[in-house]
Amino acid sequence: MKKLVILGAGTAGTMMLNKLHPILNKDEWQITIVDQHETHYYQPGFLFIPFGIYTCKDVVKPKRDFFPSGTNVIKSEIEKIEPNENRVLLKSGQILGYDYLIVATGAKIDPTETEGMKEDLWHKNIFDFYTIEGACALANFFKHWEGGKLVINISEMPIKCPVAPLEFAFLADWYFTERGIRNKVEIHFVTPLPGAFTKPRASSILGDFLNKKNIKLTSDFNIARVDNETKKIISWDEQEVEFDVLVTIPTNKGDECIARSGIGDELNFIPTDKETLIAEGYKNIFVIGDATNLPSSKAGSVAHFQADILLENFMDVIEGLEPKAKFDGHANCFIESGFGKGILIDFNYDTEPLPGKFPLPGVGPFSLLEETKMNHYGKIMFRWMYWNFLLKGVELPIEANMSMAGKRL
Amino acid sequence: MASKEYAGKMLELDADGNLVNLNEWNEEVAKALAVEEGIESLNDRHWAVINYMRKEFTEKGDAPSIRKLTKESGVDTKELYALFPKGPAKKAARIAGLPKPKGCI
Repeated sequence: MKKLVILGAGTAGTMMLNKLHPILNKDEWQITIVDQHETHYYQPGFLFIPFGIYTCKDVVKPKRDFFPSGTNVIKSEIEKIEPNENRVLLKSGQILGYDYLIVATGAKIDPTETEGMKEDLWHKNIFDFYTIEGACALANFFKHWEGGKLVINISEMPIKCPVAPLEFAFLADWYFTERGIRNKVEIHFVTPLPGAFTKPRASSILGDFLNKKNIKLTSDFNIARVDNETKKIISWDEQEVEFDVLVTIPTNKGDECIARSGIGDELNFIPTDKETLIAEGYKNIFVIGDATNLPSSKAGSVAHFQADILLENFMDVIEGLEPKAKFDGHANCFIESGFGKGILIDFNYDTEPLPGKFPLPGVGPFSLLEETKMNHYGKIMFRWMYWNFLLKGVELPIEANMSMAGKRL
Repeated sequence: MASKEYAGKMLELDADGNLVNLNEWNEEVAKALAVEEGIESLNDRHWAVINYMRKEFTEKGDAPSIRKLTKESGVDTKELYALFPKGPAKKAARIAGLPKPKGCI
């Protein structure tokens, strides 16, 4: 029996399990998936919770609903990977040997990386919306808030879903307008990037949206610490920004088990070949999703496109062939812009988000880098697609590699 | 591809404004690039960072991130921002004649 072990049953790990399970011969392969949690969170939905659009129950389902029957599922924390021994040690004491390993251990926020962040004001006046706890605490806070200075701050890149902080700002503008207190709320977007977003054309167009919605932008701000007494964030070069409520996107890091295994970089992300998705230095270890150090976005759509490439390369490698499929860094993100509208961006390693049309058989086209109602429906529809198709590994009518069709240069 | 004169030589620049040819770099070019980044003169601490970055790049093929810099160059984050205000990793890489670090997406 050959052994495949998948570490992590989040978006990427679950997708890979569902793609490989029907293909690999059951008499030859034993597939094991390991995860410490029983609940699967629809993370893109966290964004909507603070504004009362989604509640907690809209974003959770049991992980077991998405495991094909006959899968060996182990609920345990991972102690470490021993790549030279081809085995994984679990916190439970169990040792798992493998012939092939797929690492999908994801990324999470670590507010303790910034001095003063997780102290007196944490979840009182300082909130994150990248965890269910943070998003729900913020929903409760906003319900009774009468206005003041709302500061949205990204600690450092890379972060999961790099457009989410902007969407948060747009949705806050909408939410406080609906509540009739927008004139009492000052929204301030504070980022370490040189502009609103990572790529130049999208950055300039999204920057205009901030302006139009009366959201103040401070760029090149690298947070050093939080002063809990005076309610200020202070940068390394001593710029100060005051807040009444701080919505932070703390430093994102890979799982600690990656550090314990000695196979990660400074942020516990695993050096991975950006085209083949094979871990650098280890021929039988594949890495997918947020766990990689790739210069692509950390987002579910990226994991989805990677899954198709990884599947092809996995099938080649187990046959003793060279991996041929190449991931191009493709990302596709619906950006909620408030008032029932949305913006769509589609890009890869080499092509930045461009304006134009995005064709999608049966549904599209969607408009790129333009605010439309259709793009908002695309985003809302996506949650249903996520639970019913994406996690189950069902093919979607969208190519893994980016297409230039419809894009304007 | 743009080019611009630094220290009396026409040098080719990439889309980010960083040098295309590493071997065209010398200390005089570094000083001229630093002035353009708003740093009037380079002191020993600046050079410690620049030399560390060039060494890292030669060995690993990528300019180090800020985290790596502070961990290994002996210059802490606070000082790094004082030396290269705003974006230390990006600025120091440019002055060192290296491409923009891959981490800066």
